[in-house]
Amino acid sequence: MKKNLISINDLDRSDIESFLSTASEVEELTERQAADVLPGYVLSTVFLEPSTRTRLSFETAIQRLGGDTINLAEEVSSIEKGENITDTGKVVAGYSDVCVVRSPYEGTARMLAERTDVPVINGGDGANQHPTQTLLDLYTIRKEFGKIDELKIGMLGDLKYGRTVHSLAEALDHYDVDIRLISPEETRMPRSIVEEVGIEDETNKMKIDDLDVLYATRIQKERFPDKQEYERVKDAFILDRERVKKMKDDSILMHPLPRVGEIKPEVDKLPQARYFEQASNGVPARMGIIIKLLGVDIDA
Amino acid sequence: MPDLKVSKIPNGSVIDHIPAGRGLKILNLLRMNGDFDKTASLLMNVESSKMDKKDILKVEDRELEEGEVKSVSVLAPGATLNIIDDYKVVEKKRLDLPEKIESVLECPNPHCVTNTDEPLHASFEVTERKPVALQCKYCERKFTSSDLDI
Repeated sequence: MKKNLISINDLDRSDIESFLSTASEVEELTERQAADVLPGYVLSTVFLEPSTRTRLSFETAIQRLGGDTINLAEEVSSIEKGENITDTGKVVAGYSDVCVVRSPYEGTARMLAERTDVPVINGGDGANQHPTQTLLDLYTIRKEFGKIDELKIGMLGDLKYGRTVHSLAEALDHYDVDIRLISPEETRMPRSIVEEVGIEDETNKMKIDDLDVLYATRIQKERFPDKQEYERVKDAFILDRERVKKMKDDSILMHPLPRVGEIKPEVDKLPQARYFEQASNGVPARMGIIIKLLGVDIDA
Repeated sequence: MPDLKVSKIPNGSVIDHIPAGRGLKILNLLRMNGDFDKTASLLMNVESSKMDKKDILKVEDRELEEGEVKSVSVLAPGATLNIIDDYKVVEKKRLDLPEKIESVLECPNPHCVTNTDEPLHASFEVTERKPVALQCKYCERKFTSSDLDI
């Protein structure tokens, strides 16, 4: 039966660990070994809205594995001519062995997965899911600490609308971690997630000196009806050198990028800064995802 | 025994214990499914010992199709479907909310792919029953029964 990766909520802990372990194995391969894993395989991308990091890292991932990529460019797609996503997606997926889809419409990846014979990977569907981002986030944490359990993890910024923090919180529910939510009142994590995951530590103060991981996200101006309130609040949650230096020496600072002022460039040189490595981890993480979904054995 | 406001039907279907106000929706649902030329009686806001007030729908010479039974179960969970033959109830069935609800309700999320031009109907899983909570299969958002007007 074909496997897809549509939502973090479809995965249990052993599924997550399986993806992470495959990513680890992939990173141990030499370039030549990696290129022998999926020679001749084709990955298609059906991106109905712009993306930089996700698309490029999937393209790199399949190429490192010896395969190739075909891309549906949203600006010249047949969808502009009126073809629906289902037909377009089915045709493009049919040209490939695995398909990554990104869409502003929530549920698109699941719909396409039901209608094609190839594995479908959700590259992001509106405010709903971005499971490969969550897996690379977990991979980054596990790579740094050798584990995920028993860590103290803070989530900072726009916890109300941030797809990445919602998904990360739901995934961390499978682990024995302490989560602290740090945000202004206006961008608190939705109560449904707080209750579901059982998070008790919430604050609007920058309590970060005891954390192992701080996951920062951007607070967007457009979320605040009162612009002055935004200006007041925004500065309270900016990460500069002085604030990050207060974090534990062996802690890490993550961010899904792009950043727009919420982490100052002066932080980049601090030992805690991991956001660029985090982005780089997207490649082995996605290599691992492709391999697992295609059911290929790395050692074969 | 209180007087019957509508007499017994010889053959057909009687949907009893419909939450008051829902009977018209159910009648419209049945009318939308192909030809509807049978005699139908709709009683609204009838006093009931089991519930505050109820609607009752009697349709002569008509049995509900499986899809219709599922739809009625969603619009009126807890209603009773009676199959009538020769003025007698030959089958009585309580219509409980199914575990999955497909093609009957629309997803309230405007960004859900089921609300685009894609050939796709919304599908919900009932995640809780008291009170009713449902989750859209596609956009994964969770809703209450009042969000979905059921």
